[in-house]
Amino acid sequence: MAKNPETMPLVTLESVTKRYAAITALDGVDLNIHAGEAVCLAGENGSGKSTLIKVLVGVEQPSAGRVLFDGVPQTRLTPTTATSAGVQVIFQDFSLFPNLSVAENISMTAERATGTLMVRRARARARAAEVLARVGVDLDLDARVERLPVAHKQLVAICRALAADARLIIMDEPTTALTEREVARLLDLIRRLKADGVAVLFVSHKLAEVLEVCETVVVLRNGAKVAEGPAADFDSASLTRAMTGRDVASGPPTPLDAAAPPLLRVDGLCRAGAFEDVSLSLRAGEVLGVAGLLGSGRTTLAKALFGLARPDRGQVTLNGAAIPLGDPIAAAAAGIGYVPEDRLTEGLFLEQSIAHNIAVGRFDAHSHSGVLNLKNLWEEATVWLKRLSVKAPDPTAPVRSLSGGNQQRVVLARWMARKPRVLILNGPSVGVDVGSKAEIHGIMADLAAKGLGVIVISDDLPELLATCHRILVMKDGIITEEVSGGAGVTESELSHRLAS
Amino acid sequence: MMGRILQSTEGRLAIITLVVFITMSILAPERFLSPANLTSMAFQFPEFAILALAVAVAMLTGGIDLSVVGAANLSAVVAALFMSQFAGTVADGGTGTGILLAAIALSLAVGLVTGLFNGILVATFGLPPILATLGTGLIYTGLAIAMTGGSAVMGLPPAVAWVGNGTLLDIPVPLVIFSALAIALGWVLKRTAFGLKTRMFGANPLAARYAAMDTGRVLLKVYALCGVLSAIAGLIVMSRANSAKADYGSSYLLLAVLIAVLGGVNPYGGYGRIVGVVLAVLSMQFLSSGLNLLQVTNFAREMIWGVLLIGVMLINLLTFRRKS
Repeated sequence: MAKNPETMPLVTLESVTKRYAAITALDGVDLNIHAGEAVCLAGENGSGKSTLIKVLVGVEQPSAGRVLFDGVPQTRLTPTTATSAGVQVIFQDFSLFPNLSVAENISMTAERATGTLMVRRARARARAAEVLARVGVDLDLDARVERLPVAHKQLVAICRALAADARLIIMDEPTTALTEREVARLLDLIRRLKADGVAVLFVSHKLAEVLEVCETVVVLRNGAKVAEGPAADFDSASLTRAMTGRDVASGPPTPLDAAAPPLLRVDGLCRAGAFEDVSLSLRAGEVLGVAGLLGSGRTTLAKALFGLARPDRGQVTLNGAAIPLGDPIAAAAAGIGYVPEDRLTEGLFLEQSIAHNIAVGRFDAHSHSGVLNLKNLWEEATVWLKRLSVKAPDPTAPVRSLSGGNQQRVVLARWMARKPRVLILNGPSVGVDVGSKAEIHGIMADLAAKGLGVIVISDDLPELLATCHRILVMKDGIITEEVSGGAGVTESELSHRLAS
Repeated sequence: MMGRILQSTEGRLAIITLVVFITMSILAPERFLSPANLTSMAFQFPEFAILALAVAVAMLTGGIDLSVVGAANLSAVVAALFMSQFAGTVADGGTGTGILLAAIALSLAVGLVTGLFNGILVATFGLPPILATLGTGLIYTGLAIAMTGGSAVMGLPPAVAWVGNGTLLDIPVPLVIFSALAIALGWVLKRTAFGLKTRMFGANPLAARYAAMDTGRVLLKVYALCGVLSAIAGLIVMSRANSAKADYGSSYLLLAVLIAVLGGVNPYGGYGRIVGVVLAVLSMQFLSSGLNLLQVTNFAREMIWGVLLIGVMLINLLTFRRKS
C-alpha cells in the first residue's frame, strides 16, 4: 500500500482508538503516510475523520494505540510537538488573520518559531516571497488577506504551512468552497508539493475530485477503517459505497400534488453580503433543496427565513400572510421551524435532559399559570422517543449521552411537536450514521406527505437528489437555476453546475 | 457512600461547611459556640445571603449582577427618605407601621426599576452583563449619594427595627425572610416555566434563540428579580443599621459573588442549585465569624475571600476537566 515499502513512513498510526464517554469515535485505525505521497481519507460526516486529525496533531490523546513520527512513538503528543515534526493542518476556515497582509500571514508561524521577540518585516517578507516562488504562486505580498477570494486564502494557508517547514499538510475539506477551475489549480499545486517531498492528507466527504493526485485511499465508517487501497482502484461510485456501506438509493420522492397551492412565498429577499433578490415558492407537501458551495449564502438564506438573520429587503409570506422578518419567535409562531446546521452549538442543550431539549421553546404550553407540569413534559418526550425510535434509556438522560443520529432526532422532535407548516433543515444528516440518515430522510418524506413544506439545505448532493422534488442552485448569493430532483439530474452534473 | 457525597457539588459543600464549623468550634470553643454568637450570626448573614441569591440567579444565565449593592442602597435610601419625610405626620399609634409598609413597597419598586434597567441594557442592547451592571451599580450608588449628600438617613420610625432585629417564634426575622426567599427561589427555578427557561438559556443562549425561546423576556425578568432581591437585602441592612446610606455593605459584593461560585453556580451559566448557595452562605458566615473572633483584620479577611474565590473556581474547573 505504501509507495516505497522500504522507506520509513513519515507518519504512522498504529491501531488508534479514541473514545468519548460511550461513543467510540475511532476504532483501531492504522494509517501510514510517506514523504511525497498524497492520501485520501474519505468518510461521511461523523465517521471519525476529524477525530483522526485531532489525534494526529496532538489536540486529542488516543484512548489506545499510538502515533509515530519517522518511526518514533510519540508518547505525549501536543500541537507544539506535532508542528515541530512538520505536521500542519489547513482547516476549512483556514484560520488566517484577516487584518494582516499575505506576507505577514505566511511568515507568522515561522517567525514565531525563530525565538526572537521582534518581527522583522523585511525578513518576513523575504521568507514569504521565497515560499511563493517555491510553489510557483503569484500573490500580492502586501494585500490584506480579508480582501482575497477564497481560493487565494487557501493558497496563503498552504504557503504558511510550507514556511513553517511542513512535511505533511493535512487539508480538511479543501474543495468545498472552490470552483472547478480553482480545484484544478489546487491539484497542480499539490503535484508540485509532492515532487518536493511534501506529503498531503486530504480529508473530505467528497473526494472524487482529488482522487487523481492521490496514491492511496483510506475510507472510514463509524470510526473504523472499512477500505484501503490504491487510488486507481476507486471511482466516485465505489468510494460512496465504501463510505455509506450501501449503494445510494435514489428513489424518487413521493409525487407532488400538482394542484397544491403555494404555502411559502419568498419575494425579492436581499441581505447585503449574503444573498440577493431571492424569490422562491414552496407548496404544501413539497421538499425543496438548496444546493450551493460553502459561502454561497445558503445558510444565511435559511436563517433569514426563520428570522435569525434580518434581510434588508423583501417579503416572506406563509399562506398569504406576511411574516415579520428578523424575529425567530414570530417565525416559529407562524409555523416555520428550523433545524440548524451545527447541532452541538445551535441545536442542543447538551447537559440538559432529552425531555427539556424536546420541550424547549414550548415550556409555557407545558405549564399552568407558570408552574410546570413535569409529568406532562416527560410523557410527551416518551411519546416522541418512541415515535422517532430514539435509542435512549429514558427522557431524563442528558442529550449529551446520545449518538449524533439520535441527537438529531431529538431536535426534529422539538420542531415536530410544534406542528409547523414549513420545516427548514440545514444539513439534516451532518454527523449522523448511515442508518439514522436513511431514517431521517424517511421522517422528512413522511412530513411532506402530511402536507408540510420542507426546505433542505445540504452540501450532500446525493441526499438532495434522493429527497427533493426540486433543487435550487445558489451561487454567490444568487439563485442561478432550478433542477428537478429524483432521477432528473446526476450528482456529477449537479456538482458541475454548483462549481462552474 | 462517601464517594457519592464527594462527587456532587452540594455534598462537597456540606462537608466543607461542617469542617469550617468544627474547626472554628475547636479554635474558639467558648466564644464561637456561645448562644450569643450563634444568634448574632443568624442576624448577620441574611442580608448578604440574599444578595448572593440575586447574583446566583444572574449567574445561572451566564451573566452577573454587580449592581446588587448599589441597588440595595438606592432602594433603602429612597425608603428611608420617604419615612423620615412622613414619620410622625401620620397618626398610627406612633410606631409608623403604615409608613413602613408604604416604604417597603416603594423600595421594592425602586429595586424592580433598577433591575429592569439592567435587564434592558443586557437583553435589549446586548451589553455584556459584567460591564453593564458594573456601570449601573456606580450609577445607583451615585444617585443615592446625590439624594443624601453622602450622609446617613436617620430618624426612622421604631417599627423599622423589627425587620432586622425582631424575632418571629424566636427565629430572627432576617433569617425567616432569607429562608422564605431561598425556598421560593429554589421552587421557582425548578418548577416554573420561567425557572427552566432561565437554566436552559444559561446552558446555551444560542440554542435558546434557535429554539425560538423568548430569551429577551427571560433575561429581563431575571435582572428584575435580582433588583427586587437587592431591595429586600437593602431593607434588612437599613433596619439593622437603623439608617440608610449610599455606601453601606460595600464589601458584600465580592462576598455575594464568592458565595454564588462557592455554592456551585457555574459562572458560565446553566448550572446551579439554591441548596448549594445556602450551604456556601453558612460556611462563609462560620468562617467570617470565626475569623472575627480570632481577631483577624478586615483587610486580611477580604484577601481571604479573594483567595477563596480563585481557589474554588480552579477546583471546580479541574474537577470538571477530569469528568469530561
